[in-house]
Amino acid sequence: MSVHVRIPTPLRRFTGGAEEVSADGATVAALVEDLERNHPGLKERICDEGGKVRRFVNIFVNGDDIRFLNNLETVIKAGDEVSIVPAIAGG
Amino acid sequence: MSLVPVWGEGFPPPEPQRVPSVLHLVGNTPLLELTKVTAGISSRVRVFAKLEGFNPGGSVKDRPALKMVAEGLRSGLLAPGKTILDSTSGNTGIALALVGAVLGYPVELVIPANVSIERKKIIAAYGARMIFSSPLEGSDGAIRLCRQILHESPERYFKPDQYFNEANPQSHYETTGPEIWVQTQGKITHLVAGIGTGGTIMGTGRYLKEKNPQVQVLAVEPDDAFHGLEGLKHMASSIIPGIYHEKELDGKIPVSTESAYDAVYRLGREEGVLVGQSSGAAIWAALKVARTLEEGVVVTLFPDFGDKYLSTNLWVGWKEFEKKQQRL
Repeated sequence: MSVHVRIPTPLRRFTGGAEEVSADGATVAALVEDLERNHPGLKERICDEGGKVRRFVNIFVNGDDIRFLNNLETVIKAGDEVSIVPAIAGG
Repeated sequence: MSLVPVWGEGFPPPEPQRVPSVLHLVGNTPLLELTKVTAGISSRVRVFAKLEGFNPGGSVKDRPALKMVAEGLRSGLLAPGKTILDSTSGNTGIALALVGAVLGYPVELVIPANVSIERKKIIAAYGARMIFSSPLEGSDGAIRLCRQILHESPERYFKPDQYFNEANPQSHYETTGPEIWVQTQGKITHLVAGIGTGGTIMGTGRYLKEKNPQVQVLAVEPDDAFHGLEGLKHMASSIIPGIYHEKELDGKIPVSTESAYDAVYRLGREEGVLVGQSSGAAIWAALKVARTLEEGVVVTLFPDFGDKYLSTNLWVGWKEFEKKQQRL
């Protein structure tokens, strides 16, 4: 099942500049793996060496932060919208 | 000097200030010597942090905000009937909202939608209006949206334009630099400060180098375009501010988000100073510099205190940190 994933500006260098890409997966974890297959380098930015989402990265499923859902095991349904949102830079 | 102040020996200061407006409280922030997190560093190296959270708006940004608005009034670009408009990642917004409230000018701020809820509430409390830009595009998205708003009705607004306004570094040249020079009795050897707009490091560095060309001016920046150091800019992947001139720096120190967060936790627990993540990055870099020295006076800036970030990811990792501590 394919969902849309919105990519923040600092990660678009891994998606050929695309603001939004499609990815497959039944959970956020599977989605991240699929993103890595198609856009190598993304997973390392999103997850730490232990495979957990980095402390400063927020992933939203339909506007809800996955930390308050089921983290990487949050279930994805067809048509869901996933966003990866970093902190805010300078000034 | 003892860590515990002795009442009557210059403490508390003999004459508390009396001021005609809150704007008169901008600047003159204290310089704190750090003595715990410096463990293992040469005893002839001293490390200080300028606590910018003591500004009335709670951050270093009060200095450039006040100066840019004052210049606007002096030049006539800001006059009754105009609204102050700028893009900001938060602290400049708070500062402009405060200055606008005191002077009676309406303020509109373009802010990435994902700034901390505390910042939004503080700005609202000063009566400023917020326009939210895409959280996916960070502060550069706010810069672009702000330009568009200005382009549509230029007659309505005065845009301080903190990324391109020389009054921004000038405020630090006139205040932060001289304060540090006096507070270190001219003994500063290294200035280590983060880059947000570049205003702090440019203006402060310029002043200090004029006083002593040997002073090393080192900038702190996130180690990657994708980072969690709210308030700091990764220059190679950003819209370069016009006030930022890299050639004036003696070097740049990249800091990872994780290192900066851990430094924040240490500052709270060891020094009793709760700061934001940009201060964590600053002290991490300052300590890195200090470790290389036999002798010196290293000064860094803590742009704000940490209460504005209690709802952010900085503290999401707190529980893990506590567990890690218990295991040690």
